Amino acid sequence: MTTVIKAPGESSAERAGGGRPAAPGGGRSDGAVLNVFSHGFLAVWAVLIVLPLVWLALGSFKTDSEIGGSALSRPTNWNLDAFARAWDKGIGDYFAHTLIVMSFSVPLTMLLGSMAAYVLARYPFPGNRVVYFFFVSGAMFPVFLALVPLFFMVKRLDMLNTYQGLILVYVAYSMPFTVFFMHSFFRTLPTAVHEAAVLDGASDTRIFFQVMLPMAKPGLISVGIFNVLGQWNQYILPSVLMQPQTGSDPERYMLTQGLIQLQYQMGYETDLPVLFAGVTLAMVPMLVVYLSFQRQIQAGLTSGTLK
Amino acid sequence: MSHVARGRGRAGFIAGFLVLPLALYLTFVIWPYIQTFGYSFTNWSGQSPTFDFVGWENYAALMEDGVFRGALWHNLLLLVFVPATTILLALFFAFMVNAGGRSGAGGVRGVRGSSFYKIVYFFPQVLSLAILAVLFGAVYRSDEGGLLNGLLIRLGLVDAGRPVEWLNDPDLVLWCLLLVVVWHGVGFYLVLFSAAMQSVPKDVYEAALLDGAGRAQTFFRVTLPLLWDSVQTSAVYLGIAAMDMFVLVSTMTSGQFGGGPDHHSEVMATVLMRNFLYFGKSGYACAMGVVMLVLTMALSVVVLRATRRDRIEF
Repeated sequence: MTTVIKAPGESSAERAGGGRPAAPGGGRSDGAVLNVFSHGFLAVWAVLIVLPLVWLALGSFKTDSEIGGSALSRPTNWNLDAFARAWDKGIGDYFAHTLIVMSFSVPLTMLLGSMAAYVLARYPFPGNRVVYFFFVSGAMFPVFLALVPLFFMVKRLDMLNTYQGLILVYVAYSMPFTVFFMHSFFRTLPTAVHEAAVLDGASDTRIFFQVMLPMAKPGLISVGIFNVLGQWNQYILPSVLMQPQTGSDPERYMLTQGLIQLQYQMGYETDLPVLFAGVTLAMVPMLVVYLSFQRQIQAGLTSGTLK
Repeated sequence: MSHVARGRGRAGFIAGFLVLPLALYLTFVIWPYIQTFGYSFTNWSGQSPTFDFVGWENYAALMEDGVFRGALWHNLLLLVFVPATTILLALFFAFMVNAGGRSGAGGVRGVRGSSFYKIVYFFPQVLSLAILAVLFGAVYRSDEGGLLNGLLIRLGLVDAGRPVEWLNDPDLVLWCLLLVVVWHGVGFYLVLFSAAMQSVPKDVYEAALLDGAGRAQTFFRVTLPLLWDSVQTSAVYLGIAAMDMFVLVSTMTSGQFGGGPDHHSEVMATVLMRNFLYFGKSGYACAMGVVMLVLTMALSVVVLRATRRDRIEF
C-alpha cells in the first residue's frame, strides 16, 4: 500500500482551504472500498433491528390463521380491532398500574436519592464514607440474592400486591445508582454559591431545595432517564411481589408482567393478533419518547455505565 | 446564631435528610441480603415459620444437584460468549460508524448517516425484556409462522415440511437466547464506544496518519488501547447480564420458570426461582443466591484484573 506522508503544515493548510482535495494514491480507493463495505455491514444490522419490530407490528393487522400460516403473509384487515381487544384484555389497565406506580416511585427516588447524595457529598461528619459505601455497594449485588427474604419482608408488612409496596421497593432498589450518580454531581458544584446563600441567612434545607437542586438539573435529568427506563422495564420484582394473594385480590400487574400474561393467555385462546397489538402498544410510547429524547437517553444511559 | 446551635441544627439537618433513604434501603435491600446468607444455612420452606439450622447441607446438596450444575455450565458459556460477541460486534460497528467514511484531508471520518445508524441500533435498549421475550418468541416459532423459519423456507434453506425447532431444540435453544441478548446490547455498546472514540483528540489520529499507519493499524494500535477502559467496563456489565438471564429464559423456553427442553436452557436464576416459588425450598434457593453473588463478585475481580493495563492518559 502506498502511503502518502504529508508535512503537518500542508495538511492543515488543506483543511483550512476547505473542500475535499483528492487524497492521492491508494489512500482514497482504500477509503472508498471501506466505505462501501462499512455501509453494507451497517445496513444489514439496521435491517436486523428494524425487520422483526416492523414484522411484529404488522402482525396486529393479520388474522390468527394468517399469523400461523406463514410469517411472510400480508396483513389483510387494516383496522384497529386487535388493538381494541388488547386494550380490553388488560393492556390499558397494565399501563395505568405502571403509571400509578411510577408517578410516585420516580419522583420519590429522585428526591430521596438527591437528599442522601447531597448530605453525603457536602457535609463531612463521622461515618460519612461508611454510609456512602453502604449505599453504593448495593449496585454490585444481583437482585436474586435478596429476592426470597424480600418477598417475606413485603409480606410481613402486608404490602404484597399493593402499589405502595412496589413503590417503596422500587425506590429502595434505585437508591445505589441514584446516590452514586448524584453524589459525584453535587461534588462538582461550586461552593461559592452555597456560601453566598449561607451568608444570606438561608437554612440548609432551603439551600438544598432552592439553590443546589436547581443547579443539579442536568444530573437529575440523566439519572431520571435511567430510573424511568429501569423501573418501566422492571420485570423480576413485580413478578414476585405483585401476584394476587387471594381470590378476591384484584390483579395489579405491571405492563411487563401483563405482556407475559397476555402471551400465555393468547397462546390458549389462539388470538395472536391481540398479543402482537399489545406489544406494539407497549412499544409505541417508548419509540415516541426515544425519538424525542434520543440524545439525552443515549447520554444518560451510557454515562451511567462509564462512571 | 451561636456556634453550638448551628452545629446542632446541622446534625439535625443531616440526620433528617438521611433517615428516610437509609430506612428504605436497609429494610428492602440490605436486610434481605443479610437474611439470605442466614437462611442459606437452614431448611426453611418459606411457608412454615419454623426451620432448622442445617449447616452447609444446602451447599453440599447444590454440588450434587445435576440441574443446578447444568445451569451453572450454561451461565459460564453465556459468560464467555455474550460479552465476546457483543463487544466485538459493537467495536466493529463503532469503528465503521466513526472511521468507515471516505477519508478526506482531515484524516479518517465517519460514514454518512452515522447518527441514523446510532439511533436505530440503540433502540432495542429502551425496550423491556418482556417485549423482547414476546418478540423473539414469535421470531423463533417452530413452524412457518415464525419469522426466521418463514424467511428460511422462502429462501429454500429449510424444508417447509421440517422447520427448525429453534427454542425446542436442545442444541439450539441456548444460542437462540444468546442472539437475543446480543441483538439487545450491541447498539448500547456501540454508542458507548463511539463516545469514547470521539473523546480521543483528533491529533492522536493525525499523528498516527502522519507516521504512515493504515486504518487497521490505527484501530488496533491507537483506538483500541485508548478504549480499553470502556471495553473492560462493558465486559463486567455484560458478564453480570449473562449471569442473570432470568427474564428471557423463564418466558421464552418451556417448563415452569423455563429452562426447557429438558433443562437445556436452564440458568441459575431459573433454578433458584423454581425452588423458591414452586418447590417451596426457600433455604435452598437462598444458597443459590449466595453462590450467584460469589460468582458475580469473582467475575468482576477476574475481568478487572485479567484485562488490567496501564491507563493511557490523553
